This record gives sequence, C-alpha cells and structure tokens, in this order.
Amino acid sequence: MSDIAAHPEVIHAVDGHDDGHAGSHGTSTGLSNNKLAMWLFLGSECLLFGGLISTYMLYRGRNGTGPGPDALWDIPLTSISSFVLLMSSLTMVLAVSHAHQGNDRKTQIWLSVTALLGATFVGAQVYEFTSFYHEGLGYTTSLFSSSFYTLTGFHGVHVSVGIIMLMALVAMIGKDKIPGNKAESVELIGLYWHFVDVVWIVIFTLVYLIPA
Amino acid sequence: MTETAIEHTAHPADHDAHGAAGHDTGAHQHHPDLTYVKVAGVLAVLTALETATYWVDLGSFHTPFLLIMMVTKFVLVLLFFMHLKFDNKLFGVLFYMGLGLTLMVYLAVLFSYRFFTR
Amino acid sequence: MAIIERPSTTPAVAGSAPSFVGPADAYGAFRRPVTSRGWRSWVFTVDHKKLGIMYGVVAFCFFLVGGLEALLIRTQLAAPDNTVLSAGTYNQMFTMHATTMIFLFVMPMVSGFANYMVPLQIGARDVAFPRLNAFGFWCFLVGGIFLNTSWFLGGAADGGWFMYQPNASHLFSPSHGVDYWALGVQITGIASLTGAINLIVTIINMRAPGMTMWKMPIFTWMVLVVQFLLVFSLPVITVALFLLTFSRVFGGQFFNVQAGADPLLWQHLFWIFGHPEVYILILPSFGIVSEVLPVFSRKPLFGYKFVAFSGAAIGFVGFGVWAHHMFASGLGPLSVAVFSVGTMMIAIPTGVKIINWTLTMWGGKLRFTTAMLFAIGLVIEFTIGGLSGVTHAVSPSDTQQTDTYYIVAHFHYVLFGGAIFGLFAGFYYWWPKIFGKLLNERIGKWNFWLMVIGMNLTFGPMHMIGLQGQPRRMVVWPQNLTGDGLFNLGFWNKVATVGSYILGLGVLTFVWNVTRTHLLRKGEVAPLDPWDARTLEWMTSNPPKEHNFDAIPTVHEVDEFFHRKYEEVETDHGVRLVKTRSAEEILADQEAHADAHIHMPSPSYWPVVLAVGLVIVAYGVIYSVLLAVVGALITLGASFAWALEPSTADPSDFDPPAGTPGKELANV
Repeated sequence: MSDIAAHPEVIHAVDGHDDGHAGSHGTSTGLSNNKLAMWLFLGSECLLFGGLISTYMLYRGRNGTGPGPDALWDIPLTSISSFVLLMSSLTMVLAVSHAHQGNDRKTQIWLSVTALLGATFVGAQVYEFTSFYHEGLGYTTSLFSSSFYTLTGFHGVHVSVGIIMLMALVAMIGKDKIPGNKAESVELIGLYWHFVDVVWIVIFTLVYLIPA
Repeated sequence: MTETAIEHTAHPADHDAHGAAGHDTGAHQHHPDLTYVKVAGVLAVLTALETATYWVDLGSFHTPFLLIMMVTKFVLVLLFFMHLKFDNKLFGVLFYMGLGLTLMVYLAVLFSYRFFTR
Repeated sequence: MAIIERPSTTPAVAGSAPSFVGPADAYGAFRRPVTSRGWRSWVFTVDHKKLGIMYGVVAFCFFLVGGLEALLIRTQLAAPDNTVLSAGTYNQMFTMHATTMIFLFVMPMVSGFANYMVPLQIGARDVAFPRLNAFGFWCFLVGGIFLNTSWFLGGAADGGWFMYQPNASHLFSPSHGVDYWALGVQITGIASLTGAINLIVTIINMRAPGMTMWKMPIFTWMVLVVQFLLVFSLPVITVALFLLTFSRVFGGQFFNVQAGADPLLWQHLFWIFGHPEVYILILPSFGIVSEVLPVFSRKPLFGYKFVAFSGAAIGFVGFGVWAHHMFASGLGPLSVAVFSVGTMMIAIPTGVKIINWTLTMWGGKLRFTTAMLFAIGLVIEFTIGGLSGVTHAVSPSDTQQTDTYYIVAHFHYVLFGGAIFGLFAGFYYWWPKIFGKLLNERIGKWNFWLMVIGMNLTFGPMHMIGLQGQPRRMVVWPQNLTGDGLFNLGFWNKVATVGSYILGLGVLTFVWNVTRTHLLRKGEVAPLDPWDARTLEWMTSNPPKEHNFDAIPTVHEVDEFFHRKYEEVETDHGVRLVKTRSAEEILADQEAHADAHIHMPSPSYWPVVLAVGLVIVAYGVIYSVLLAVVGALITLGASFAWALEPSTADPSDFDPPAGTPGKELANV
C-alpha cells in the first residue's frame, strides 16, 4: 500500500512547479490516482477474502476426529478482540480527520492508538491460536483446522501489515519525510485499515457466531 | 487533461481545507468527528447485540438476525468511516464491482454444493 | 533518461522550490540511477515505452521456448508408440507449454502492447504509477525465470496447466515442479495485478483533454475491460495457489480426499479465474484488429460503441460461465443447465464483433498489408474456433468431447488463430511506431501464409482425431487403435506434426524479418505515418519522444488523428474526405507549441530490488526458511525505500550536475 502512496502527481503538487497545464498534473476525473488505485485494490481483495471465507464455509463442519468449532470457540474473548478492532476504525478515522485539518500531532497520536488497538487484536489472535493448538487443533489436523487457520491467518497478516504501515506513517510524519500529500497518505492507509476491519466483521459473524 | 482542478473530492473532514468544494452532507459537515463517534457507538451496540446471541437462543431467527447485524455493521463502516456516503461515486463503483462479483461467484459455488447436486 | 526538467544551476533552483527536499536532506541512502545510457537506463527505467519493449522482447523469448515445447510434443506424437519423450517428461512438456504460452507469452505480450500504446493512445506522458509499472515487469521476468529453472532443479510441473487436485498433490506429483508452478504463477500474478490497477487508473484518469470514454481508441477500451477482468479474477487464483502451496509445503488438508476434501473446490476456484482468463487472452487481440481493420479498409470502425459494449459484455458474462469447464465432473443437472445457457449467451456479443469487423471491411478500400492479413486471419480462424466452442456449450455434446483432442483443436483455433494472430497483426502494424523501421512486407506475407497453413494443418486434424476419441495429454497412440480409412488417427497425427513444423517455420520467418530489419540494418526507415492511421499514437515521432507529445493534444473525435488530416469537402459527387494536412505538418505544429515544463518520473532501483526479493522468498519457501527470511527482508527494505522515495530525482543525483541546462529538453 505504501508502494502506491507515492506518486508523481502528488510530488508535482508540492513541487512548486505545478503550473496547471496539461501533462501529468491534473486528472481526467479530478480524482486522485492513489485513491482510485486503493479502491480498486480493495475491490480485488474482496475476491481474495471471499475465496478464503468460502473455503472455510465449505469445510467448517469437516473436522474429522479433531476438535470442532463448538468445542473451541471462546466467544467472550473473541467478542472483546472484535470490539477492539472495531474501535480501532474509529481512532483511524479520527486520525484521517486530523490529518486533513493539518494537525500532525493529533494525527500521530490517533495513528499510534490505532496501531496499539490493532496490536491488541493480533495479540489476542496469537493467544487464541496457541490455546487452540494446545487443545489439539494443529494446522494439518482436519479440513476445518486448515481452512480456519488459513482464513484467520490471512486476516491477521493483513492487520499486521497495517500496523507496520501505521507505525511507519507515524515515524514519517514525525520526520516530515512523506513524499507527497500527507493527508492523502493517511487517508489511503485508513481505507486499507477499515477494509481489514470490515472483513473481520464478516469473519466474526460467519466463523464464530453462526453455529456450524 | 484537467476537467476539474480539485485534487481529491472533499469528505466531511475536508471541510475546512477545501471550503466550497465540499459536498452537501447536511449536519455531518459541522462535526464530522462527532458523527464518527456516534457511528462507532452504534457499531458497539450492534456488536453487543450480536454477542448476546451467544447466551440468548433466538431459534430459527438466529442466523438471519446475525446476518442482518453483520450487513448493517459492514455498510456503516463503508459509508461513514470509508466515506463512500460523501465521496465521489466512482470509488464506490470500483469497490462494489468487486463486492458484487464476490457475492455472485462464491454464492454460486456454495449453492452448487448444497442444492444443485441434489 | 527520463526527461527531467533539469535545474540550470543546482543551488538557485533548489532554493526556489520551497517544499522540495534539498540535496542535504535527500531521501534514501543512494543516488538515483538517472543515467540515460547503457544497461542502467533499461534496468532502472520507469518509462512506459522502454518497459513495453522489454515486456515484448522477454515475452517473445518465452514464446520461442513454449513453441519448442510444442514441437517436442508434436514430435513425440508423430509416430505410434514413439519414445522421443518419456511419459514423465511429456507431462512436464504439455504443462509448461500451456503455462508458458498463457502466463509468459500472451499475457505479458499484451502488457507490452498496453504499456506502450495506451498512454500514447490517450494522449498521456506516462502511466499513472511508473514505478509500479517497472515492478510489474520485473515480477514477470523473475517469475518466468523462476518457473523455468524448475526444469534444471528436479523437473517441471506435470499436472497440466489447470493442475487439478488431488492429482497434483505430493502423492502423485512428488517433485518440486508443482511448487515452482504455484509460486511462479503467483509472482507473475502480482505483475498482472499491479499492471491492471495501474492501467485502469491511467485510462480513467490520464486521458487528454476532450477524450471522453466514448472517444477512446478501441484498443484502449479492450485493454480497460481486460484489466478489470484481471483485477477481479486474479485474487481467486491467488487463493487457489495459496491453498495449493500450503497443502504441499505445510501439509494443509484442503485437497486431501481421505480427510473429506472436495476436489471440486480447486476446480471452482481455478475456473472462476480460468474462464475470465480466456477473455483476458483474447480481448486485447480483438482490440488490435479493431484498430488494424479500419486503417487498412479506409473506413471508420463499424459500430464503434457496439464493439466496445460487446467487449464489456463478454467480460461480464465471462465471470458467470466458469463451470462449463466442469460439465463432466458430476456437477448436477441444474448447475450444468444454467452454465450451459450462460455459455451460449457469450456467442451473442462475440458474433456482434465479428459482424462489426466484416462490415468495417465491406465497401472499404482494402490494402492487404501483412498486418491486415493477420487481422483478417483472426476474424476467420477465430470464427472457426468460436463455432466449435458453441458445440462445447451444449453440455451433452461436451460430455463426449471433454479431454479429447477436439478441445485442443478448439482452444488452439481461438488462442492461436485468435489471440496470437492479433498480436502478430499488432507487431506489423505498430513496428514502425515502436522502432522507426518497417518490417519487410514480402517476408511478412511469407510469415503470414506459413503460419495460416501451418496452424490449420496442425489444429484442423485435431477436430477429427478428437472426435475419434484420442484423449488429450496422452503420451502415445498405439498403432492397433488407429483405425483405417479417412479417419485414420495415425495419418492425421502425422499431418498435425508436419503442420506444426510449418508453423514453426512461420515463426522463424518473423524472427528472420526482425533480424534482417535491425541486426543486418536492411530495414526501411519508416515514414511518419506509414499506414495513414487514425489514432493518437501516430501523432508523434517514430519512435515517440521520451515524453510522448510535445504538446498534449485536445481531442474532438474518435479517430482524432484521421480527422486532423482529412476534412469533408463538398464536391460535385457529394461530400468527400480530402487530405488537407500531412502528418509532418501536424507534428511540426505540435513542436511549435511545445509545453514549457515537462516533468517526467525518474528511474528507481526499488522496483527491480523488490521483485528480486520476492523471487528469493519463493525459492526460500521451497528450499529453506533462512532464504525466505533473507528474501522477506529485502522485500521489506525495498518497500520502505520505495515509500520514502519521491518520484522525481533530486537535483544532486544528476551526474554531472546539470552541466548543460535544458539540453535534454532541447534535443527532443
């Protein structure tokens, strides 16, 4: 994502050379290239998670001799960690809001809080995986276990990548090293973060709450 | 190349920076942060209701209820936190294309296991 | 290399650009690779034209590799109970033939054309994300090399290009070949995904003023549709490939039938990607012939909007018909009926296109150049392939044809006679644009006729041997099962083999044509507008300047360039189109009104480093965790370096620093 975040147009805007003629300055739609790219990427990610969720839905009941979902789920714990991730979306959107107002300090604070909440979620997931493992659910135990770990693992990796980007963003804002539009960089990573949250909303309901 | 000189369309938080470029978003525009907090409050309540089904049995209404809650939360985050309600429609179009295809192809796959083979 | 508006003297200009970083506070640890000569100017380039050429050259090399594999397959099948290839090698050969032709030739060759032509056709100076573009190319290159190294490291993949499970599991395919395949296709998938996002944003957002969506050249339209197909189908194969890799490397159970796995899961995931993929391969060629036919018929494309719409319709419906690849899998009658009807519907927009092309030629002043011949070849050969395709849509008939040579005949007619003929039309049509030299037309005609005769001799008989029951992917055909009379399998297999050699000769003719034009320097220098073309890419020099256009044109018509050359004049015989301006005059006019400040993105190290990091991770997944960690660190480091790098190089990076101010701009 940070790969997409740096782009000529933005550079030119801050370059002091933006004389408004045609070329790579304006855009046909007046929309930002980066944001269009991010939304396309998220549209594409829908099909990635859709595939993983479908695999899980197909195999959720096929736990063979290994433990099944009903024996494993700790709904109170998962609810709390889901709630934490949901609230990180609030802190993220507040960071975006402050970034657009040009308030670096508050942007940094809210980004850090978001990263912290995200890390709490990942921590809870690691704890959950460990306890499942001790209850006899290895990666290769059953179709259910393989597809569960793959789905939630992919989501966890997405959250972790998000956390790395958030921390990098905090550091880069601090040293004023963002090449391009600062507020937009925050907004793009915000979109990614909300998307990861939205995916978890679906996973939480389909995987944990609806009985197999 | 430029038809509009605006670098990116405004969303509620943009209001101060872009002034006239903002869309008419009614009351949201004055206190976007407050709106966010309210939305988060609704999301928290919905999550609490969802979690409550763990202890309260709703019978055959159980799964539909959870699905409705899920979709509501999904849409709220998308519209407010991701600004699709205020932002340019094109962003939504790109995302909904992906979302729509996701629902179409994977539901077809899952249904083909459940019904079509029988 | 990229045209940078070089500051005349470093301090003064750095001072006048307040929010830009000064040399003292430059980002990153390295100077930017801004040289305009030598290998560095290619390896670190972000120029869409250089990347387009590199895509083309590398893809063509893979075409030769894939072709060689095909010839070996045909040689093995030339005689009964032949022993040229062992059964194991034969399996690897057809798997890699398909994989190479699809993922390493047609797709990247299309990327090459799209990269080169789309910005020119829409009047842009580069793509939206130049570094991402470079990253895509390097991912394709390292992915392709990675896939092919498996030949030397224990054997290539042998499960057929759709790698059905559990047939491609450890039990039945114990070498690392399938691992290489899964990871290699994954990496080239990253190339396609980043390329697709890049091109969509470019087309949506970087069109010249006045170029509305309905004024875009039809090739650009088809590229747009294809990139949407890629964006939404690649994630599905990504999931499938991850499941496959995790099954084989970490012991995931997804395809373990003993544990209760459903083998149809792989088939669904693969074909949800695989069917749109078919249109990903063919639609760009449809776009190319839709450019070539009007030019050489001297008429505008008949039903421009219909051609664009039908392309989009093919793309959309293409997402809903994947299960027609699975009619024989016991899907159940209802699914089969639904997908059968859906598949037949695709014939409608395809037919619309064929009719539009035919009516474009109808009554036109046809010029049978090589490009035109290939375009007409596509219309005919693709129609044959399309008709045999309709017979697969009828599921009872398809059940008879599944996994026979009849299928092989069908998809080679649409892919060779369709996709590849389209690409060759593109080669001959755009060669003078890209390289400034004309390919020889006489050799070109040899090239065309050898390929047409070769392909019909190779794939035509396969209809017969398929309906006679020869299974696809069979390593030998025994003498006592060949039958006799006209439908003698042995005879037609020999004909197909002879045909494939003629086809190979046709491809070599093309190689000779290129060699003669460039290496032997016998190529004719191309005039500015050799074909009397219609679209914007011809409105600049051959080859185009590094910044494409001196002045970005304002667009008023679908065939903008044509309308700048020709005017409607009232004569005694009614309204006639009369050429009022030459291409040279139009170019001179542009040069006279050149834009004063042109910013081009600067080259970067990080795309190639990032791609190399990824391929090291891939080797690591197969051989050692340590290697994977090293690769991951390189990837992470390159990502950060990339994120921190502004897209325009710092003045202090230039060497010598801004010696002759404005020189670069003056000589272009």
